[in-house]
Amino acid sequence: MKFTTTLMASTALTAAASMASAQEMADSMTIVSWGGAYQDSQKKAYAEPYKEANPGVSISWDESSNEAVAKLRAQNEADNITWDLVDVVGADAMRLCDEGLAMEIDHDEMLADGDDGSTATEDFGEVIVSDCFIPQIVYSITFGYRTDMVPEGTEPPSKLCDVFDLETYPGKRSLEKRPINNMEWALMCDGVANEDVYDVLATPEGQQQALDKLATIKDSVVWWSAGADTPQLLADGEVFIGSTYNGRLFSVIEEQKQPVAMLWDGQVYDFDGWIIPTGLSEERLARVMDFVKTTTDTQHLADQAKYISYGPARASSAPLVGQHADLGIDMAPHMPTDPSNAGNVLQPNFVFWADYRDDIDTKFQAWLAQ
Amino acid sequence: MSDTATNAPVLAADGTPLKRSLSRALRVQKMRALALIAPLLIFVLISFILPIGDMLFRSVENQIVENTLPYTVEELGKWDGASDELPPEPVFRDMYFDLFLAAEMKRHTRLGSRLNYEASGMSSLFRQAGRKLDDPGKDAQDTLEEIDPRWGERETYYEIFNAAEGVAVDDALLSAQEKRIRWLADEPPTGEMNFAPSAEASALLPLAARVYTSFGVITGLVDNKVVEKTKPMESLYLALVQDVTRPGFVDDLAAYNGPQKDALAALATAGLTAPNYTQIFEEVDRNWAKVETWRIIQTHSGPYTSGYFLNAIDMQKTPEGAAVQPENKRVLIQLFIRTIIMSLTIMGACILLGYPVAWLLANLPMRQANLLMMLVLLPFWTSLLVRTSAWKVMLQQNGVVNDVLVWIGLVADNDRLVLINNQIGTITAMTHILLPFMILPMYSVMQTINPSYLRAAKSLGATNWTAFWRVYFPQSIPGIGAGSILVFILSIGYYITPEIVGGTKGVFISNRIAYHISSSLNWGLAAALGTILLVVVLALYWCYDKIVGIDNVKLG
Repeated sequence: MKFTTTLMASTALTAAASMASAQEMADSMTIVSWGGAYQDSQKKAYAEPYKEANPGVSISWDESSNEAVAKLRAQNEADNITWDLVDVVGADAMRLCDEGLAMEIDHDEMLADGDDGSTATEDFGEVIVSDCFIPQIVYSITFGYRTDMVPEGTEPPSKLCDVFDLETYPGKRSLEKRPINNMEWALMCDGVANEDVYDVLATPEGQQQALDKLATIKDSVVWWSAGADTPQLLADGEVFIGSTYNGRLFSVIEEQKQPVAMLWDGQVYDFDGWIIPTGLSEERLARVMDFVKTTTDTQHLADQAKYISYGPARASSAPLVGQHADLGIDMAPHMPTDPSNAGNVLQPNFVFWADYRDDIDTKFQAWLAQ
Repeated sequence: MSDTATNAPVLAADGTPLKRSLSRALRVQKMRALALIAPLLIFVLISFILPIGDMLFRSVENQIVENTLPYTVEELGKWDGASDELPPEPVFRDMYFDLFLAAEMKRHTRLGSRLNYEASGMSSLFRQAGRKLDDPGKDAQDTLEEIDPRWGERETYYEIFNAAEGVAVDDALLSAQEKRIRWLADEPPTGEMNFAPSAEASALLPLAARVYTSFGVITGLVDNKVVEKTKPMESLYLALVQDVTRPGFVDDLAAYNGPQKDALAALATAGLTAPNYTQIFEEVDRNWAKVETWRIIQTHSGPYTSGYFLNAIDMQKTPEGAAVQPENKRVLIQLFIRTIIMSLTIMGACILLGYPVAWLLANLPMRQANLLMMLVLLPFWTSLLVRTSAWKVMLQQNGVVNDVLVWIGLVADNDRLVLINNQIGTITAMTHILLPFMILPMYSVMQTINPSYLRAAKSLGATNWTAFWRVYFPQSIPGIGAGSILVFILSIGYYITPEIVGGTKGVFISNRIAYHISSSLNWGLAAALGTILLVVVLALYWCYDKIVGIDNVKLG
């Protein structure tokens, strides 16, 4: 009896305490991300410090980012938005913004200024690919290869176009089962200058040229659809060289100590960040805005790089990137944005892909099925 | 006498005709039975039939164009799409005001994505237009202010367009704009209307009154703000210039007795020229000045479309009617055919592998049969993803199967078999996964076959084969039928296994449906593909019923 009373009293107290903060901010939020090591890095770098500072807040996590666009559309149509903050790639942020499913952000107003005094817009620079996008990281899609499968007497591959060179480097390659990036790489290795790639790709002839170039290695390609595929294929020795996210390769090389090395040449940058769904209630929105403002400042973004090898999206965060939390190695050389890695980089054109995605994807799939 | 006796209705005990009394009793019974199944029926209806129907309906639904650009679509209907000339100025004018409002409600990009399914580039065309249409409005605003500073005050506009006490209200305009904004708004608007358009103003300034009314509805109903104190949208200024330069405006103004007559008179005499909307759009993007762009909008402006279904069978909707897609974009029919052929192959493999197992299960002594049953059921209870991934480990080039073959010397080390990421991979993995669905119905049918029939056949002189083929097999057909239907229908909609082990040649149509649902967001096309798949399954089921007879199917 006594126990029950105590329990009830403490419940009432907690309720009262949470009521006080609920006046302007909700005390729970649902964050959606990609799961795995990346989501863990977000939990450690963002959510845990935030919960320490705001003890009443509970955060639940969902791992649905890869189908976020479709699910948000369904939630919107059902008028029941259950997510508060969603981690998506730049291209998806743009589509969600176009569909009116993500809230437009006034970056300077809603986000913290950089440590170096720059405004948020200046600090993030061109990483803000959409009005709805709150950037977190810059990652890249690049190649890793098996060091023990390099033919004897040959230099290990150092150029993007070595992927297309079956004579010098025989063996299977793994490429993503979609046209984005593959088409660009094919053109870059078919004599098209980096800055002209998207102009060429906008024409039917350019698309055919890219497919023809890919056709030269088609029989040696294993097509992947999940980010974990290439690391697995490399670890199993199923492929000699393959494209994937640089963070996945980092963990194959540094954490699992596999005989794999990075090929940074021709890497394609991509960006990942938050979007806030439209249609949140005022309290929920206030909580999310508070979370986002705190956790996307210069220090928090730099902190995330302790756990995963993705570069912070703010320019002002770069000098603060330190060592890996467990491995104790310097993280800067593993960042895609590090000057020694960023010699030949392709800036992705999200506007182009928003326009041409359906058209080129149909052609690409038809080509694959041939 | 006997005639009258047969014609008179038979009466029940209470005097009512027996027929009516009986049917009443039966109706009560029927109602009771219906009430018993009602919870399930309603549940299935709400949670299954309705959502599926709603999803499939998207394959023909196309109201977004008409609802977002109502006036443009109407004007565009008068334009001959086959001509090589651009649509006339009124089309561009209505497009400006429709698109401006859509951009205000953030709906223009959604329309852009819709039209982008038909032609690449529409998405950014609309996105850009949404950003740049403000500018001509702002220019017009400056011009108006220069002529008379009163035009710089928001109260002036409110005074003209709002129906003050005792002034006639243009109800038709108000309800039309309200309906339009309600559709454009994402959520049902909750604000209060604090504005009504004056009929006098809308007669004198039709376009500006329309723009101001839609602005009033947005401000009041959607944003819940006071219309009088809110800055009007930029398109209003351009609409006003349009109205005061229209022919007959001066005469109409003379008859006008509403507020701000002298301010309007100042505009009438200022020598303004009507805006050139074609030029405005040309400056936004030169693609707006291409006939092709307008043809696409015109072709896809109807509230219902056959376009998605045409796309689903590798055709497209063009102004000249349905046409075949260019060869390098044809992939879906091929996928449909592949899905059906591979499903049939998987079904056949399941029959061949499952039949002996089911026979053993039914005929072994209890102890061994139970053990064997466990072996069948154990993988059945294992997660689908685990089993599929296990096949990956088995079949890959450095996998178990290839390693064994190399070890026993059947295959050269540098020439390992390609068993995965192709059709072999899909068929192997799916046969394994679906095998229990074949074995279990077969087993339960075989269990009911009386073994003495076989013994009787043999004692009458049949060989083992004849006894099996003439006596046992025909009795086991209902089990094969049930298993085949299960396996075929399950495999035709399979998605995750082909995705993982199918590579490029072993994927099904469902992988394409998943792509359009979750990646390209072309739900219309996904719904059309899904509808076709459903129809194909139903048609095959119907054929099966005609050939084998559905009464011959037994699940146990």
